[in-house]
Amino acid sequence: MSDLDTLYRELILDHSKHPQHFGLAAEEGAHATSHQKNPVCGDEITLRARVSTDGETIRDVTWEGSGCSISQASASMLSDLVEGMPRAEATELIEGFREALRSRGQIELDEDVYGDAAALTGVSKFSARVKCAMLAWVALEDALTRA
Amino acid sequence: MSTLDVDRVRADFPLLGERVGGRPLIYLDSAATSQKPRQVLEAEYDFLTHANAAVHRGAHTLAAEATDLFEDARATVAGFVGAQPEQLVWISGATMGLNLLAYAIGNATVGRGAPASARFALRPGDEIVTTAIEHHANLIPWQELAARTGAVLRHIPARADGTLDLDAAASLITPRTRIVAFTHVSNVLGIVNPVAEIIALAREVGAVTVMDACQSAPHLPLDLPALDVDFAVFSGHKMLGPYGVGGLYGRTELLEALPPFLTGGSMITTVTLDSAEYLPPPQRFEAGTQPVSPAIGLAAAVRYLETVGLDAIHAHEQALAARMHEGLSEIPGIRLLGDPSTGSGEVERVGLWSFDVDGVHAHDAGQFLDDRGIAVRVGHHCAAPLHRQYGITASVRASAALYNTADEVDELVDAVRGIRAYFGAES
Repeated sequence: MSDLDTLYRELILDHSKHPQHFGLAAEEGAHATSHQKNPVCGDEITLRARVSTDGETIRDVTWEGSGCSISQASASMLSDLVEGMPRAEATELIEGFREALRSRGQIELDEDVYGDAAALTGVSKFSARVKCAMLAWVALEDALTRA
Repeated sequence: MSTLDVDRVRADFPLLGERVGGRPLIYLDSAATSQKPRQVLEAEYDFLTHANAAVHRGAHTLAAEATDLFEDARATVAGFVGAQPEQLVWISGATMGLNLLAYAIGNATVGRGAPASARFALRPGDEIVTTAIEHHANLIPWQELAARTGAVLRHIPARADGTLDLDAAASLITPRTRIVAFTHVSNVLGIVNPVAEIIALAREVGAVTVMDACQSAPHLPLDLPALDVDFAVFSGHKMLGPYGVGGLYGRTELLEALPPFLTGGSMITTVTLDSAEYLPPPQRFEAGTQPVSPAIGLAAAVRYLETVGLDAIHAHEQALAARMHEGLSEIPGIRLLGDPSTGSGEVERVGLWSFDVDGVHAHDAGQFLDDRGIAVRVGHHCAAPLHRQYGITASVRASAALYNTADEVDELVDAVRGIRAYFGAES
C-alpha cells in the first residue's frame, strides 16, 4: 500500500462520503453541544452529545460540519463508536486516540477497541493532518465536560 | 529583453534538489515562502564570519564595518524599489510593517508627534478603505485601528473574476476617506491590481495610500516613487531572502511626519527620565536590535533578482501561469479562482493559480499532490473573506517563481487530473 493509501483507507473514504449520525439531534434530555474550528483550513464541526439522566452513559452523538475527508470520516466513525457507551470509557478512548495520533506512527489503534476509527491510525504519520482527525474528538471531549 | 535560463537559476538553489517521498520535489508554494539561492546564504555566512558586530554603536573597527554593510544593504534594497535609502525602514516582515503604520497612525490620532503628525490623525466617522481580496495582514490591522479610533472601515468589492471593481472604488473613496490600503498582487488570485488608478482616486481626496507589495516585489519590476504610493511593504522571505526581515517604504515627508510605533534604544536623540526626542526616519522606526544579517541577506537576494532581471522573471512566470491555466482549465471539476472566462477578460498576472476541486476538500487534494512530490498551499491562504465570496472555505494554490519549469507545471496538471478519481468524486 502506498503512503497515500495508508492515509486514505477505503473505510475512511466511505465514511466521508456517507457520514453517519450527520445532522444534529433535538436538544432534549441531558445534552451539550460543542463547536470546534480548525483555523488552518477553515474546517468546522458542531457536535452534540446526549447523555442518560444519571449522566453516566452517552445516549448518542450527532454532528454537522464541513471539512476534509479525514475530519468528516473521523466524526462519522466517532459517533458510531460511542453510541450507548459509558462516559468514562469514551473519555478514556479519546485520550488513547489522541496519544496514538500524536505518536508519529508509533502507536496503532486497536480495531477491537476503536472499530472503524482504527482505520485512522495512518493519520499519525501525517502530522499536518492530525488536527483534522482530532476535530470531532476534541468536540466530544468538550461537550462531555458540560453534558 | 534577455530570457531566463531556468537550469542555471535552479543550480543556485540547493533545496530544489531535495526529494520528497522518493520523488523529486516540485516546489509550487513560493507565494507562501520562496526558496533561497546560495548567494543569499553565503552573504549572511560571510557577514557573520567576518564582519558581525553591533551596528550604529561602538567605535571599534568591526562595528564600523558592520554598520557600513548594514547601511549598504539598505541602499541596495531601497534601490530595488526605486527608493532612496532614508525612505526604507527595516521591518520583520509585511505584517509588522502594516501594524507599524496602523499603530503609528493610532498614536498620531491621540496627538503623539503633533503638530507634524496631525495629517494622520483620525476622527470618528473618518473612513479607511481596503479591498475584499486582502491578505488578513492588510485587513485586521485596519479593523483594529478603526475600532480604536471610531473610524469606519469600507471595502472595495471584487467582481466574480477577481478583479477589483474600480467603479465601486470611485464611489467608496470620498473626502471622508483618510487611508486606502490595498494589495498590489493578490496572494490568492495572482492578479496585478490596477493600483495606479486606486492611488489616483486616493490622491484626489488626499487619502494616505498603503500598498502590500509582498506578491509583486519578487515577480515584477517595481518603482514605488514612480507609482506615487505613500507607503508600501514587502517581506524578505517571499523574495529569495531570509526570514525576519522586510522593507517598509514611505514617502519622505510622510515618514518625517509619522510618530513612532515601537520605541526604545537606537531610535532616540535625547532621553530624560520623563521624555525623549526621536531620530529622523528611518531610524525613528527601528527601535532595538535590527535583523542585521537578514538585511544583508535580503540585499543579496535583490541583487540576485536584478541580475536575472525582473522583466525576464515576469515573462518567465507569466508563461508558467498561462501554461498552468491552459492545463488546469481543461480538467473537469476544476474551478480556477479569478478565471478570466468568468469576467471581463485577460488581466496581468503573476505565476500563480488557486483552484477548487469539485467534491474534494483542498486538504485532500493537497495531500494527493504531496504524494507526487508536489508542494502546494491548501487552505484559505490568509484571505478567508475572499474564499467566502467564492462560496468555499479553502482552495489549492500553486504558485511559481523564477526557478520553476514548464515540465513542473505539466507534472502539476497531470497530477491534478487524477485527484477526483482517487477520491471518488467523478460523477
